[in-house]
Amino acid sequence: MNAPNQSGWKPAMIASKDGMHNGPATTTGNRALMLEEPLLFEIGRADVTGVDLPAVDAAGPTRLAGLTRPEPIGLVGLTEPETVRHYTRLSRQNYGIDLGFFPLGSCTMKHNPRLNEKVARLPGFADVHPLAPQSTVQGALEVISQLGEWLCRLTGMPAVAMSPKAGAHGELCGILAIRAAHEARGDAREVVLVPESAHGTNPATAAFANYRVEDIPATPEGRVDVAALKARLGPDVAAVMITNPNTCGLFEKDFREIADAVHAAGGYVYCDGANFNAIVGKVRPGDLGVDAMHINLHKTFSTPHGGGGPGSGPVVLSEALAPFAPLPFVRKQADGTFYLVEEEHREERGPSFGRMTAFHGQMGMFTRALTYMLSHGADGLKQVAEDAVLNANYILRSMEDILHAPFAASGPCMHEALFGDKDFTGGLSTLDVAKGLIDEGYHPMTVYFPLVVHGAMLVEPTETESKAAIDQFITAFRAVVERALAGDEALKQAPYYAPRRRLDETAAARKPRLAFEG
Amino acid sequence: MTRYFTDEHEWIDVEDGIATVGITEYAQGQLGDIVFVELPETGALIEQGKDAAVVESVKAASDVYAPITGEITEVNPALEDDPALVNSAPEDDGWFFKMTIADEGELDGLMDEDGYQAFIEAL
Amino acid sequence: MRIPAKAGASGWLALYLNEVPAFAGTRNGNLKMRYLPLTDTDRTAMLAKIGAASVDDLFVDVPAVARLDGPISDLPMHASEMAVERHMQKLAAKNMVAGEVPFFLGAGAYRHHVPASVDAIIQRGEFLTAYTPYQPEIAQGTLQMLFEFQTQVARLYGCVVANASMYDGSTACWEAVAMATRVTRRSRAVLSGALHPHYAGVVRTMAKFTGDTIADALPAIQPEPDLEGLIARIDDDTACVVVQYPDILGRISDLAPVAEAAHARGALLVVVNTEPVALGACKSPGEMGADIVVGEGQSLGVGLQFGGPYLGLFAVRDPKHVRQMPGRLCGETQDAEGKRGFVLTLSTREQHIRREKATSNICTNSGLCALAFSVHMTLLGEAGLRQLAAENHRLACLAADRLARVPGVRVLNSAFFNEFTLILEGKPAREIVRDLADRSVLGGVSLGRLYGGIAALEHALLVAVTETTTEEDIERLACELEEAIK
Repeated sequence: MNAPNQSGWKPAMIASKDGMHNGPATTTGNRALMLEEPLLFEIGRADVTGVDLPAVDAAGPTRLAGLTRPEPIGLVGLTEPETVRHYTRLSRQNYGIDLGFFPLGSCTMKHNPRLNEKVARLPGFADVHPLAPQSTVQGALEVISQLGEWLCRLTGMPAVAMSPKAGAHGELCGILAIRAAHEARGDAREVVLVPESAHGTNPATAAFANYRVEDIPATPEGRVDVAALKARLGPDVAAVMITNPNTCGLFEKDFREIADAVHAAGGYVYCDGANFNAIVGKVRPGDLGVDAMHINLHKTFSTPHGGGGPGSGPVVLSEALAPFAPLPFVRKQADGTFYLVEEEHREERGPSFGRMTAFHGQMGMFTRALTYMLSHGADGLKQVAEDAVLNANYILRSMEDILHAPFAASGPCMHEALFGDKDFTGGLSTLDVAKGLIDEGYHPMTVYFPLVVHGAMLVEPTETESKAAIDQFITAFRAVVERALAGDEALKQAPYYAPRRRLDETAAARKPRLAFEG
Repeated sequence: MTRYFTDEHEWIDVEDGIATVGITEYAQGQLGDIVFVELPETGALIEQGKDAAVVESVKAASDVYAPITGEITEVNPALEDDPALVNSAPEDDGWFFKMTIADEGELDGLMDEDGYQAFIEAL
Repeated sequence: MRIPAKAGASGWLALYLNEVPAFAGTRNGNLKMRYLPLTDTDRTAMLAKIGAASVDDLFVDVPAVARLDGPISDLPMHASEMAVERHMQKLAAKNMVAGEVPFFLGAGAYRHHVPASVDAIIQRGEFLTAYTPYQPEIAQGTLQMLFEFQTQVARLYGCVVANASMYDGSTACWEAVAMATRVTRRSRAVLSGALHPHYAGVVRTMAKFTGDTIADALPAIQPEPDLEGLIARIDDDTACVVVQYPDILGRISDLAPVAEAAHARGALLVVVNTEPVALGACKSPGEMGADIVVGEGQSLGVGLQFGGPYLGLFAVRDPKHVRQMPGRLCGETQDAEGKRGFVLTLSTREQHIRREKATSNICTNSGLCALAFSVHMTLLGEAGLRQLAAENHRLACLAADRLARVPGVRVLNSAFFNEFTLILEGKPAREIVRDLADRSVLGGVSLGRLYGGIAALEHALLVAVTETTTEEDIERLACELEEAIK
């Protein structure tokens, strides 16, 4: 067993559970490095600014047609030192991958290499306008083209649409291409089949495209029920959306058989690529019969999550769906130059279903993802998948003796291990374990997803953790789980040591306060 | 006045040809703290078994189905300001809506108090 | 029956197997990747714990047909940081950098000076490498920032509630139309002809699939927008009217009459803004009666980045519409000890709970761009934003006056903020723009580029001027334009 801490500290050093807090109260409410920070609107002032600009010349020219804004806008400013301090203090109330292990299942919180950040900030990428004459942005178009090339080869697919802005936008792209393909041949299909364990975006996307969503059940071993799916196929089924590896952390081993059956029934196969990190460089979805799959560049290809985006969701497409891909797209001419195919290219755009976003996609993410791919290469990416899967299986097998692992008998997991709260006592739940892990210095795993497992805990370590870091996490995770199994009441109040105790989400939702008033 | 129950955990009081509908004590206990109730529009015609309202807790939104076919005649205005009424008085002040009864026969398929108690005990 | 499309029907098919990407990785040697901490000793020990003989045993569920023997053969192998950086620098060097030439492009993306501290703050790992704040106790930094951001956006737009951001202005525009159809239970949207054509394009694409009707038009090349014509297109089935302000030609006009006309028919007014700096000088959409205000926030903090990632802004004027809003919302609450704290709230609108009944399928927003916007806005404050807007307008007036003196050039707008339309005699504006680029001047965006193939628009050139434009830049554009137009 790993030492819980190498500093010389031992658990016995705390006299009581709340022992660390038994010092005297402070006047400020701060506790040394744990600093409270007021709201911007409580410290900023309307007449303060942190930038140097010429004073407003009241007698200056105006061509505003009298539409001036004399009333106060209600904004406040801070000088630069105050601004830097405000946001630095806020940042310290956040958990990030840079700070520690972040095993958030289905989200692939891997290290974000800093070379990627440096490259994205090169003026030749960062300071380029999307509508600049194309002769002046050949390098930018080449980045899109090269990244597309990598994505096609890594997935074994013939085409890719680069413009979707995030995973859910990519899903929409794939489903719209499927709808357009059916419509192009006058085939009015109405139903999209989605497994119960799917990400919520899958049914939301299908419903948006005016499809009726029907659930497909799962087998007891955590995979799609192939017999039930086949029985449901027919002339009204437009597509099946399957996540592979699935959200139970398992590879859908009958995927090829499913795809063949869907194709035979005239439908298309959408694969949710959120979990591509488990198989990148190791398995090509094109070899499994996929027609469309989005790739979250912010997961598998390490572009930073940024506290909730921006993401990027290119979609690889089969030959059948490629003609319907959205505008614009990059083409290469015989002379080696690149250009964008847009609305005006009536011949080349073919039956494209149209435009999904104002410009060409998430360029700032493309440069980062391409940098990441070049760094790893085909061999490194294969190692990424292998290490990610190895780490997850190691956690699965290190926990299954004390924590309910509903699919542990189904064989190896892929890049994430799924557990349930079945054996907790004393009214303790998955939420309590998550909050207990916060006190131990970890970001919790994904909780209550997928819905098919009661009190689900989905642990995704990724490949960028060392064995020592994983061992230490296992030590902490086991300790918290033991408390939940024993019905330790104190766990219900966790976290004790985070910047905030549990927050009242009911009050927040009943009387929403969504902006500062005053 | 007669009170009926559905297997979707709604209760229905029938008085003078008008049905008052809400969710049961058991249902509110399962849902946890209610934060919002989305009610149908007055005048809407709703078929038995179709979505009539949505009841939301922090982490879940549940559909409430029309227990019978009819026209919505009134919705509970108190729920807009105080959705917690559904927790504190689900089978009383926390009622959802009133509706006409298009087909008295539909009531025959519903449970009475004892039947519903037996139903939830079996869950 | 599956009918494959004709191969090569799309440009995409040509993309595959273009060439091996022009990059040689290090093909030889043992793999010791700088981003992968496990050693072979670790791997052996872990496999033993798992009870697997080799890593391949962990992939037994992959059908044989899809199992690869080794690394994908038509891609290069791993490479050093230095080699990768060199490769990417070469690609970057092929682009003309906006900051190195006289630069006048706008049309939905504007070049502003971003204070150095903005980038320093967004590169803090606690912001950069955090996830969506699902565990609020350890995400108060992101959450408080979002609460402040929502307040800034709502006030800038003259609204009461803004969300925690969307992908970009164009997708926010579609989400506004979709929201208006939910609120009004109608399915027809009337788009102003002077709405950014790419925004209109996104709305048309989406509506094709949802079954909504979109009434759109081309911009009328005249000094002022045709609001009367727009009002005439509103009918009793109209869910919303969508107007851009300032519009695609840079024009500004009072939208209160449009709001009145829309409301009289039971429709909502959606106002789209692509230049938030304008609202430091111009009346806000909320003040003119807009119900939903959406826009692009890229001008503040985010930078040009060849079109993305950008920042969609979304706000409503009436609190009763909040539950129909798309996207994440951050709200104030208290923790168990009574301290103020923030959480994501009203999440039952969202896909992870409502699944097929969600208000939108979006999951990610544009968190880090929202932070950049908020930091930049904090540095500006009310006083700084007003000064910035005034400086943009002053330089734009200067540029319009100077360019109007170029023979064969006329300024179309009677009013504008920092972008206006020139009408050029003779050659199409698109050719002039290319000619100017050859002279190392990025002179504007031609309507020909935005609306390819429409003859009535091809002599119009959009010119944007910001605080980054110098008087020398303006003089240089005037001189080169005079040459190019001959």
